[in-house]
Amino acid sequence: MRRVRIIRNIGLGIKNLLLHKLRSFLTMLGVVFGVGSVVAMLAVGEGASAEALEQIRRLGSNNIIITTIRPVEEGVGASSPSFMSIYGLLYEDETRIRKSFSSVEHTVPVKLIRKESRLGDKRLELRVVGTVPDWFQLVRRPIVAGRVIREEDIEGRAGVVVLTEFGARRLLATEHTIGQLLRIGGEYFEVIGIVQSEEASAGGVQTPDEEVDAYAPLNVVRERFGDIYSRRTAGSRIRELVELHQLIVQVRSVEEVEAVAAGIDHMLERSRRRKDYQMSVPLALLRQAEATKRTFNIVLGSIAGISLLVGGIGIMNIMLASVTERTREIGIRRAIGAKRMQIVGQFLVETIVLSMIGGLIGVAVGILIPALITYFAGMHTIVSPQSIFLSVGISMAVGIVFGIYPAIRASNLDPIVALRHE
Amino acid sequence: MTDTVPDIREKALSEPSCVAEFRDVTKVYHMGTQEVSALAGVSIAFERGSFWAIMGPSGSGKSTMLNLLGCLDRPSSGHYILEGGDVGQLDDDQLSEFRLRHLGFIFQSFNLIPQLTVQENIELPLFYLGYDAGRSAALAAELAERVDLGARLQHKPSELSGGQQQRVAIARALANDPPILLADEPTGNLDSATGTQIMHLLTELNEQGKTIIMVTHENEIAAYAGRRLHMRDGRIERIEGGDGCAG
Repeated sequence: MRRVRIIRNIGLGIKNLLLHKLRSFLTMLGVVFGVGSVVAMLAVGEGASAEALEQIRRLGSNNIIITTIRPVEEGVGASSPSFMSIYGLLYEDETRIRKSFSSVEHTVPVKLIRKESRLGDKRLELRVVGTVPDWFQLVRRPIVAGRVIREEDIEGRAGVVVLTEFGARRLLATEHTIGQLLRIGGEYFEVIGIVQSEEASAGGVQTPDEEVDAYAPLNVVRERFGDIYSRRTAGSRIRELVELHQLIVQVRSVEEVEAVAAGIDHMLERSRRRKDYQMSVPLALLRQAEATKRTFNIVLGSIAGISLLVGGIGIMNIMLASVTERTREIGIRRAIGAKRMQIVGQFLVETIVLSMIGGLIGVAVGILIPALITYFAGMHTIVSPQSIFLSVGISMAVGIVFGIYPAIRASNLDPIVALRHE
Repeated sequence: MTDTVPDIREKALSEPSCVAEFRDVTKVYHMGTQEVSALAGVSIAFERGSFWAIMGPSGSGKSTMLNLLGCLDRPSSGHYILEGGDVGQLDDDQLSEFRLRHLGFIFQSFNLIPQLTVQENIELPLFYLGYDAGRSAALAAELAERVDLGARLQHKPSELSGGQQQRVAIARALANDPPILLADEPTGNLDSATGTQIMHLLTELNEQGKTIIMVTHENEIAAYAGRRLHMRDGRIERIEGGDGCAG
């Protein structure tokens, strides 16, 4: 009997709302936009941070990446032609790190050199990455053709090179190119494989340099091209001696990453006079990104919450007007025998129906907007089921919170006074 | 002998010949700091199946009396016994329950809910009584038939004449099958021909056993009632026609 009454109350509520279609619709708009903005903002925020997190995760949360940086120039010697600036990570650093920290699983040294290359009549400036077989385990690029560098290539000092797909395409290299010789800066390397380039769609920022990488055994690169680089700035030539450009340290477990990173930093710092390296710990970045995401969500959530609040106040305002307008109806219902709670129920059902319908339309809007953003702006967005449940729950709460006062006011009307109301 | 007396009294309480009874009822309204006495000690009993007209100039207390009789208000002192229960002791929800079970209202301005159809208006008391839709619709149709509006069930009150609207209101007042009908100037907004129709309908209902208590200031209308209660300054001035039941 009670359930029947609730169902009929809902029917009655919907009917009353339909009597004033435009008014109900306008009242609902506040909740529609409130809920819509909650869902949309969370989707955009979630998408942006998921992208950032994915980029960081791809660097590997077990890894520590140490990169050589050019220290701040000191003295006037820089302009002298015979001056050579010596900086960066040393071959020796790699050995020291591997020996000093027991929890280090792999160390992958990287040497970078830009060299003009030729295959047939095609020319391309490649970034030659001198490294070791472990590199391919860390980076995990799928092989398109051939094979990657192996231990025996290092041992046999083999002049071999692995191209990335993108570079290969620019050189018009195909799987038939494997086994052919590629001329890199006056030296010949045998092409042994092609690996996939980092996916342009998944990664955000990508310099063209990374796309034209060519991997060769570290010791061969060192042997053939040496450690001395020259670079031109403002007309003068500067010579630099850099042994390693990057050192990737893989730590056995995630828990030890930060401690090992601090230890390496300390060790490297003591062994040099100036800071010529930079540590980057993806795990720390990940934590930072997650903290940023939380802040972001709180800020977006509060903005959306304010719009929901405004929507709720709109509902309350209209319901108060509706109570005044229907004072006589309330009086009639009370005279006939409606209890106070039944009047409360009647008006509360109306606000809840109003805000729930508004909430559902809002969810639709909130799904549509991120889809449009993705379509037109190319931004990654994620509509999470939680955000939908959250906002529908919030809209229901808005209905109850902002509906209860007008409803109680309606129920507290004196039936005698209400019946006399014109 | 003495043992049987309480039995008789109990029987009298459960099946009283008086459907409603005022015992020294007063009603005082507070207007700011002033106290206005609307009823100054009224004692009267309404016999089951009687037809009363309450008359008197404005301010005589007849509206107050009707509000009290209708359980829309509680006496300031004294007792109002309705169907064996003391209304003064009831809380707001119980008052609602009493109105729902024992009373039907007929107003001067009909007081139909304009957004609802004739059927839905008649169904209102049934809604609060918890009838399911099927039973409720069937009963509403039956009641509409009884007031000759069987064909107008799906109309809105605004599409009906005044007399028709008042008949809908009477059908609604009958929906919960109350022993007492309270009418407040039921013909006040109607022309005399229509008013006569309404009065015939009320008389008919009275003959079928409903106790009717009607407030009016028109002698012609009051003439339909078997008893006439004249009020003045919150007191009963005189009663015309038959005696009230013992009380």
